[in-house]
Amino acid sequence: MKFPQLSVFIENRPGHLIEPCRLLAAAGINIVALALAETQKYGILRLIVRDWQKAKEVLETNGFRVSVTEVLAIQVQDRPGGLVAVLEPIAAAGLNVEYMYAFATKMGDQAVLVFRFEDPDAALRALKGSTVPFVDTVELFSRATRE
Amino acid sequence: MSHAPAVGLENRCSADAPSQADFLPWATLRQQQDARLRNTVRLAHDKVPLYRQRFEAAGLTPDDVRGVDDLAKLPFVTKEDLRDAYPLGLFAVPMEEVIRLHASSGTTGRQVLVPYTRADLAVWTEAMVRTLTLAGVGRGDVVQNAYGYGLFTGGLGVHYAAEALGATVIPMSGGNAARQIAVMRDFGATVICCTPSFFLQLIDRAEELGIALRGLRLRVGVFGAEPWSEEMRQRIQQAAGIEAFDIYGLAEIVGPGVAAECPVHCGLHVLEDLFFPEIIDPASGQPLGEGEVGELVLTTLAKQAMPMLRYRTGDITALESGECPCGRTLRRMRRVSHRCDDVFIVRGVNVFPSQIESALLAVKGTLPHYQIVLTEEDGVERAEVQVEVTPEMFSDRIGVLEELQDTLSRKVAQAVGVHLDVRLVEPRSLARSEGKARRVLDQRPSSG
Repeated sequence: MKFPQLSVFIENRPGHLIEPCRLLAAAGINIVALALAETQKYGILRLIVRDWQKAKEVLETNGFRVSVTEVLAIQVQDRPGGLVAVLEPIAAAGLNVEYMYAFATKMGDQAVLVFRFEDPDAALRALKGSTVPFVDTVELFSRATRE
Repeated sequence: MSHAPAVGLENRCSADAPSQADFLPWATLRQQQDARLRNTVRLAHDKVPLYRQRFEAAGLTPDDVRGVDDLAKLPFVTKEDLRDAYPLGLFAVPMEEVIRLHASSGTTGRQVLVPYTRADLAVWTEAMVRTLTLAGVGRGDVVQNAYGYGLFTGGLGVHYAAEALGATVIPMSGGNAARQIAVMRDFGATVICCTPSFFLQLIDRAEELGIALRGLRLRVGVFGAEPWSEEMRQRIQQAAGIEAFDIYGLAEIVGPGVAAECPVHCGLHVLEDLFFPEIIDPASGQPLGEGEVGELVLTTLAKQAMPMLRYRTGDITALESGECPCGRTLRRMRRVSHRCDDVFIVRGVNVFPSQIESALLAVKGTLPHYQIVLTEEDGVERAEVQVEVTPEMFSDRIGVLEELQDTLSRKVAQAVGVHLDVRLVEPRSLARSEGKARRVLDQRPSSG
């Protein structure tokens, strides 16, 4: 399903990645999934956390630039061709995957991937006809915290 | 004191009844300027060795200066002179006559110590009362003073004048944006006084906190202590729903209160009955005519503890004497777009921070905090514009940020005629002193 992802601007220099992680740790916020996109000079830390409003506030109060984006969590069979099954209807609908990354946790033989689309609703519609299972927010976080 | 210039607090004024000194007929003003200048020249010559030596070297006596028309005969005083005289070398009165010491903020080098007698503080308060009156500030206003309190002249300069006007003063001093916004909202501030770059921070912070500045009682901003552009004024006025006034001053002369905008916003009226302005060619030192752009030179006409004769401010502007719709006869100086010291040369091209500011504003319609860092590696000069990422600029997509960086770089190159690297940096990572933006950081070995 759709749920919010936080993106944090960080400079690509030693010690700059640890600071937001420290702040979240001190606030008792667990990072459920994350991905780091980097250029030579800076990077974007993308985070999935349960209490994203609190995380955003903590980070912004400490001077970080944070934005909120809606992403999709989609369950993928953890076997050859699992990802293809998800990407096919997307490609058929002419939609572009902006970026994607995987959750650390798995459920049985299912992996959970995070997808960023320009238009998440269009992607949802495209996937509806296929057999691709979505993960709803509650299930996602309960699984993440059980670990 | 026999040298005491003839200035008292005769100019009591308010928003409804502005100071008579702002409206003097030209001839009356000139007479007053001439008389005050003669006093100041006599005082400087008799009490300050530097002036006496300079007069002697030029073959002049105080009697050679009968009025402001004779000013061009006198040598200039420069910032270097003030540094050489540090700390007490330019005092014209003994320390026991001095009741306050301030210091210049040191954005461009070693600080300068500035003494005030009781009469000097009265002059300063009068100048700042007139400055605030020009912006329509008066009794009934709640003035949030976010200029730094301390050695910096901004804080106390605004403070005493706002009190003298009968306004309610909130002595916030600088820093702590979140608290400033809470106070602004809870105390019902109607006037904010701070540096324009600090106010931009307040705009960003208010946005982050979800507080609409436009919905508060704030109606006027009195901004000074650093050059700021017309684009920045538009941004401030739109974001906060206020009228933004530019004020000008410098510690070496008095602090804030040398010149200020009236509601016409067509240049800053110089309080020239107290501080006499000239414009010179910064290269030759020759006086320039009306409307010609050059370096501002100021002479104090009513100060005792540290009289200044022809002080080179380093600020680039022009003087206009045409009639102002507000009725004031005081000449106007154009808004200072940059200082002589601000200009930097990259690969042979003169670059002004104001050009970069305009380019940055053109891209996202907002002015981020920025700094220009000059370095040299293996004899190759590099200039990098570091830009703090604003909410409007930030995206979760690398492609968008890369494109933004390229666009910024292209706009800057178009504006200044030479390629400068643009680097996005984290918010609040660039240095600020006294809330003043430090625009150019020269780390080239030759810059010392």
